[in-house]
Amino acid sequence: MTRRAVARALVYLSLVLATLVVLLPLTVVFLTSLKTSGEMADDSGALTLPDDPLNFDNYVTAFQDGRMLSAFGNTAVILIVAIGGTVLIGSMTAYAIDRFRFRFRKPVLALFLVAALVPGVTTQVATFQIVNSLGMFDSLWAPIALYMGTDIVSIYIFLQFVRSIPVSLDESARIDGANAFTIYRKVIFPLLKPAIATVVIVKGINVYNDFYIPFLYMPSEDLGVISTSLFRFKGPFGAHWETISAGAILVIVPTLIVFLFLQRFIYNGFTRGATK
Amino acid sequence: MTDTTRKAARPVPPAAPAGPTPPSAARRPRRWRGVTPWLFLIAPLVLLIAFTYAPIVNMVAYSFTDWDGVSPQLHWTGAGNYAELFTRPELFEVFFVSGYYLAASVVQIAAALYFATVLSFNVRFRSFFKGVLFFPYLINGVAIGFVFLYFFQDGGTLDAILSLIGYDGDRAWLGTPTSANVSLAGVSVWRYLGLNFVLFLGAIQSIPGELYEAAELDGANRWQQFRHIIAPGIRPVLSLSVILSVSGSLSVFEIPYIMTGGATGTETFVIQTVKLAFQFNKTGLASAAAVVLLLIILAVTWVQRRLVPDDKVDLV
Repeated sequence: MTRRAVARALVYLSLVLATLVVLLPLTVVFLTSLKTSGEMADDSGALTLPDDPLNFDNYVTAFQDGRMLSAFGNTAVILIVAIGGTVLIGSMTAYAIDRFRFRFRKPVLALFLVAALVPGVTTQVATFQIVNSLGMFDSLWAPIALYMGTDIVSIYIFLQFVRSIPVSLDESARIDGANAFTIYRKVIFPLLKPAIATVVIVKGINVYNDFYIPFLYMPSEDLGVISTSLFRFKGPFGAHWETISAGAILVIVPTLIVFLFLQRFIYNGFTRGATK
Repeated sequence: MTDTTRKAARPVPPAAPAGPTPPSAARRPRRWRGVTPWLFLIAPLVLLIAFTYAPIVNMVAYSFTDWDGVSPQLHWTGAGNYAELFTRPELFEVFFVSGYYLAASVVQIAAALYFATVLSFNVRFRSFFKGVLFFPYLINGVAIGFVFLYFFQDGGTLDAILSLIGYDGDRAWLGTPTSANVSLAGVSVWRYLGLNFVLFLGAIQSIPGELYEAAELDGANRWQQFRHIIAPGIRPVLSLSVILSVSGSLSVFEIPYIMTGGATGTETFVIQTVKLAFQFNKTGLASAAAVVLLLIILAVTWVQRRLVPDDKVDLV
């Protein structure tokens, strides 16, 4: 009995320790974001509390001088178009592959499968030339096209769901005179809602956080998304940690809110997205 | 479902509407069916070929040339780029940096496994701990880079904590190659632990609960339950995590690029490739490097598939 109690205590100890490791760096950055540049210069140490816990000046500076408004705008445009496209393309691909028997079906499926093994970072040198020759370099179209075109995970999630929709539903719609497009639009697509929610969440988080693609393909300052705009803080704000911290917190807060509201769906989404 | 079953299913209800239509009308939609799937597949296939397969083919082609990525002329150099890659030690050294991340992913998988096991049993504040462990995975990489740049700074968070517990900190954690790489690999554990954790947790929870009850009745302790029920039950996810971490360790980019820019010996293979291609305009050499990386990752995946076949594990 006592051994059990000790084991339990150790388990809780390890959990509390892990919580500290996760939360401490974030908390310190949050505290720093509330300090004035004077306090930062005092060299009072990273763990001291800010004098005025309601000092949001750094947030104003970060938001305005860091051009965060246009960054959030650009990110929103990319998110909406790329996710909308991914949902349409992924569900159509899954519908075509699962519901039709056509020549070259196996090779097409293999093309999608093999592509899943190729990590995106390795091919960027050559992808860059293609994006450039299509005239999409340094425009919002470059990340949109790349996010839509390389998303194998969502195709798998949709495939899984389309498979679980009984074929008899298609058959009865066909008897009522519906063609393939009507069946897709009226029967399959509405039944895919849970899969769509999963794809929107997983894809949304990836797109919101991605740095590599916007960094390579959209160098102009007007086209900053939140990652690249935040990265540019390194230059002008150099050693102004209070402003950099405010910028980082500004970027983290939306994720935190979404996470708190959609926790369960997010866990499920990632379990499904990665294992299937 | 095959075509024969569809044909068999169709004649059943033709009673009402199909009556007056001649057989030719029935044949037309069938001929259309040969084209319909392609109408759905045009967009995805165009995107797939344009942004995945065409780049791979081009990349292999560039890797045998001296192209700079801009000028219209390029020369065939045979295997010259590959020879350069393998003979200039500084170009190849970046692979050793991956070793730090590989070691870190062992720690990461072990810790994720531990926390997933602990939190799949009844623990107070379970969903709070789950959330805390997973949340870092969702945070923007640039924000994480800045958080930890401040964390490792001279007189930053880490030094402040160390002096709090009576250890005189004040050292440049990112100042020497070894400590910088260890620090960065630590950040990567902090960031990605949550993903492994959630994958393991999902797999453990899909194991039927009766198995634990039966084991408990047989007098198995927690370790025995882990060893004989959980470990075999999550083997597929475990092996997936291993491939993800090997290919992840080889293609590290964001955190070191954001935090150090590749300085003090923290340059990784991808940082080097990006620099070769986009700063030094050595597209040919960068392509050769990327081909080597791609081949290594494909080889690792292949070996892993061979060692751990992706079969369903039967528990019951």
